[in-house]
Amino acid sequence: MDLFLDGFAWIFDPAHLNGPGGVWVRIAEQLSYTFGAVAIAAVIAIPLGLWIGHTGRGRDVAVLTSGGLRALPSLGLLIIFALAIGIGFKAPLLAFVILAIPSLLSGAYAGVEAVDKRTVDAARAQGMTEWQVLTKVELPLGLPLLIGGIRSGVLQVVATATLAYFASGGALGVFINDGLKTRNYAELIGASLIVTVLALVLEGIFALLQRLFVPRGVTAGRVSEVRSRSVRPRAVVGNPIQEGK
Amino acid sequence: MIEFRTVTKQFPDGTIAVDALDLVIPARQTTVLVGSSGSGKTTILRMINRMVEKTSGAIEIDGEDIYGLNPVKLRRSIGYVMQNSGLLPHRKVIDNVTTVPVLNGVKKAEARAAALTLLDTVGLDRSLAERYPSQLSGGQQQRVGVARGLAADPNILLMDEPFGAVDPIVRAELQQELVRIQRDLGKTIVFVTHDIDEAFLLGDQVVLLEKGGRVAQAGTPAEILSKPANDFVASFIGADRGRRALRVEVVHGRNVVVDEDGRPTGVLQS
Repeated sequence: MDLFLDGFAWIFDPAHLNGPGGVWVRIAEQLSYTFGAVAIAAVIAIPLGLWIGHTGRGRDVAVLTSGGLRALPSLGLLIIFALAIGIGFKAPLLAFVILAIPSLLSGAYAGVEAVDKRTVDAARAQGMTEWQVLTKVELPLGLPLLIGGIRSGVLQVVATATLAYFASGGALGVFINDGLKTRNYAELIGASLIVTVLALVLEGIFALLQRLFVPRGVTAGRVSEVRSRSVRPRAVVGNPIQEGK
Repeated sequence: MIEFRTVTKQFPDGTIAVDALDLVIPARQTTVLVGSSGSGKTTILRMINRMVEKTSGAIEIDGEDIYGLNPVKLRRSIGYVMQNSGLLPHRKVIDNVTTVPVLNGVKKAEARAAALTLLDTVGLDRSLAERYPSQLSGGQQQRVGVARGLAADPNILLMDEPFGAVDPIVRAELQQELVRIQRDLGKTIVFVTHDIDEAFLLGDQVVLLEKGGRVAQAGTPAEILSKPANDFVASFIGADRGRRALRVEVVHGRNVVVDEDGRPTGVLQS
């Protein structure tokens, strides 16, 4: 328990908190990696995932590729990129983009695929173009799963972004590495606690977003008191007859 | 008028769902396609709005080949009602009904006003307009489905077993409602069902289909009942089981109609 207290004390020590290379700056770097990598991954993976979900084409390839990408060790990837393009923020960012892609891709195509095929068929039969079917039906109904994909991508990157220091890329890993080398466990635990809290806060925010984006008509209903009876008169013999589902 | 000329539909797996079909569906009447599963009735229906593409032959609406038209435009000009309502769950009832007019560029306020009138037509209270489909009963959802099918005021209304998933009492109610609506609007309705009683109740013309979309018999319900073309038809309409063979018995001086088991079905009015 003492170690945790030491960790907290380290975090809130003004000497570490502010200034260049301080806790705030590292947090900002950690978050920049997270949102930067997820944003880039989103630009690539979401349109691709929507296309796969909509057409059903390339699904097997997508499953295999994202499975393969998931299995790649981020550290190894980061080192390879660092060797190839040099140290700095680019190599880690690239590694984190690759880390985030599988979650976003599968979130996007799973979201579209999960939409009731009969709903999609009906939309097309009413005369919606393929683009309208995608944007007006599949996307809004698949949005919760798509955001779920972003959520897990964000979580993975925010936790893994500590590796950036291997390529001199900054972020909170700097403290963890430094603490480990100098046996400054307060620093190590302090930085780890920050990463944990960041992950939990982001998880909370995305859990909330995911709920907010469930279309209202999907959450509404199936509640008996809002059901109204048909207004047309009907024959009543014995017990009143309820319209069934 | 919708015309099929030697239309064949073969699915990619090789099954021939419809084999060289020749069929004329007259305008402003209800034509019911009836047959058991695998008879190709839904395939025939869906070829009219090109939700299923024909393999060969020609399909014309009022003399115009539908393959010369843009499928999206074609579908917007034809109402479509399906079994499980197919309503968009994330849109309110009113927005579901206005789907096609809005796609066609009608102003939202205008489309909404028209949609409220349509809710009256299909026997739904206007207070349901702001509900979501999941908040309605199955029967109410089907009514919304019919309202949506009628929203763009199409000449043709395709109905694919629209009352198949509701309970018998609601179904009877919806059937009566459709008869009333059709009396008022006089659309060209193509209706698919596997229920021969429903077919006889709703159809001006009934088309009985055998496997492979072959027409076993087409005609008015009275024609089919009085003169089944073959054993298949006789068996399908229940003539061979005597279900349709009614007799008259005199009870207390009145003519009571009974079925083959002697169960009364009604009284003859003289």
